[in-house]
Amino acid sequence: MEYFIQQLVNGLTLGSIYGLIAIGYTMVYGIIGMINFAHGDIFMLGGFAALITFLVLTSVFVGLPVVILLLVMIAAAMLTASLWNWTIEKVAYRPLRGSFRLAPLITAIGMSIALSNFIQVTQGPRNKPIPPMVSSVYNVFGIAISLKQLIIMFLTVTLLAVFWYIVNKTSLGRAQRATEQDRKMAALLGIDVDRTISVTFIMGASLAAVAGTMYLMYYGVTVFTDGFIPGVKAFTAAVLGGIGSLPGAVLGGLLIGLIESLWSAYFTIDYKDVATFSILAIVLIFKPSGILGRPEVEKV
Amino acid sequence: MSDTLLSVQGVETYYGNIRALAGVNVEVKKGEIVSLIGANGAGKSTLMMTVCGSPQARTGSVIFDGEDITRLPTHLIARRRIAQSPEGRRIFPRMTVYENLQMGASLDNLKYFNEDVEKIFTLFPRLKERQSQRGGTLSGGEQQMLSIGRALMARPKLLLLDEPSLGLAPLIVKGIFDAIKKLNQTEGLTVFLVEQNAFAALKLSDRAYVMVNGQVTMSGSGKELLANPEVRAAYLEGGRH
Repeated sequence: MEYFIQQLVNGLTLGSIYGLIAIGYTMVYGIIGMINFAHGDIFMLGGFAALITFLVLTSVFVGLPVVILLLVMIAAAMLTASLWNWTIEKVAYRPLRGSFRLAPLITAIGMSIALSNFIQVTQGPRNKPIPPMVSSVYNVFGIAISLKQLIIMFLTVTLLAVFWYIVNKTSLGRAQRATEQDRKMAALLGIDVDRTISVTFIMGASLAAVAGTMYLMYYGVTVFTDGFIPGVKAFTAAVLGGIGSLPGAVLGGLLIGLIESLWSAYFTIDYKDVATFSILAIVLIFKPSGILGRPEVEKV
Repeated sequence: MSDTLLSVQGVETYYGNIRALAGVNVEVKKGEIVSLIGANGAGKSTLMMTVCGSPQARTGSVIFDGEDITRLPTHLIARRRIAQSPEGRRIFPRMTVYENLQMGASLDNLKYFNEDVEKIFTLFPRLKERQSQRGGTLSGGEQQMLSIGRALMARPKLLLLDEPSLGLAPLIVKGIFDAIKKLNQTEGLTVFLVEQNAFAALKLSDRAYVMVNGQVTMSGSGKELLANPEVRAAYLEGGRH
């Protein structure tokens, strides 16, 4: 039983990270109907920004408190990732809006490759380790919960609450939802659609950057290819939860995290990805729009 | 002429290579109700959307309140206080009635929202009953009311109405037309409307234009056109044949 709960905690931690990344996929899909395949690499890039910030800060200010260190790393990662995602949207996706559907998709794959190669060239191809930042582990009724895991879950819950508030209660969120539902009508009401889309890319990148920083802190290592597998998993999470649905992205992320760690714990770790994607396939056969997704047909 | 609010001059609009508007001239003065009548596919809705810059006119110009707005992006045209209740109503289906109205008041960032929403609810009490319901679940008539209400929330200088009577019961149509008339008389709201219901539109309007195949073929006061035999034959007495 303790073993099971232990795996549950591990799965939820991993799932939180997937969920944060998945939100970026689902939001961009919701608002412009394209899959931003470069989003996984934005996540990786956020991790690298955090890594560089860590190295600079720890060499310049020796003995800086970990809290401040982490907060600055997160801020730097968010800023860098947002700037990149914003630029990519502006130069690579916006000119193709209104073109045939595959064009932005192919461009996004190109952007993904370009980003990971850029990091490979500028930062080197090797694994980049950092020393452990927080190492406390608490023992709760025989279950080991590390401070890292608590930080990740706390940050995720906080960010989701802020995010939920922005999307549902602010005029920015209303403009985003309106743009998602009827772009032309939003413009007729004075909404700057291009700006709203830019903001969406920035918001998605910020969450991915936090996820990237957490990933770095959790595993203590990053590498330029790290955008790919977590990116694909997060994309899977978004599809599993129902692409376009924000709660769906979080739910999908948590589910994938859980499936992965439970499968690794009870069966063989080599097949954990097979298990994940099989469950995705099964869900999509019986519910093509995902768990919380809405069917495409709608009365207008 | 300072009392001209909207002036459409020699406008041609294309969808791809198809010319939808072939040199249209229309003028709307401050405080007027002007209607545009014509058959399906004549280009009426295209003219409405061209005024809002979506699509933009290929040639000719659209002048609003002395300013050339032909090449402005749609959202900046809206910020000049041109509000439209467009063809097909375009309610945000997954937003509540209340949120749809909030979207209408985006220009002022909800500054006058509470005051204005009460007016809309007085005008269309049905919307008040339905305020927390999703837009997509409303009936056609309710959506029409919401679309007009949403446009009014923007405190427009010029209100563009594309077929406000479409899909509504005659009694509600009368209610909406009375409301338009009242807003026009009490608040000096300028209205430019497209209508299939030519009789009601001409009765309501100060002036009107008749559109055929992307061109304005006739214009005059509402009364003149009501009396015109050609108009009567084509639009008021059930077609030419």
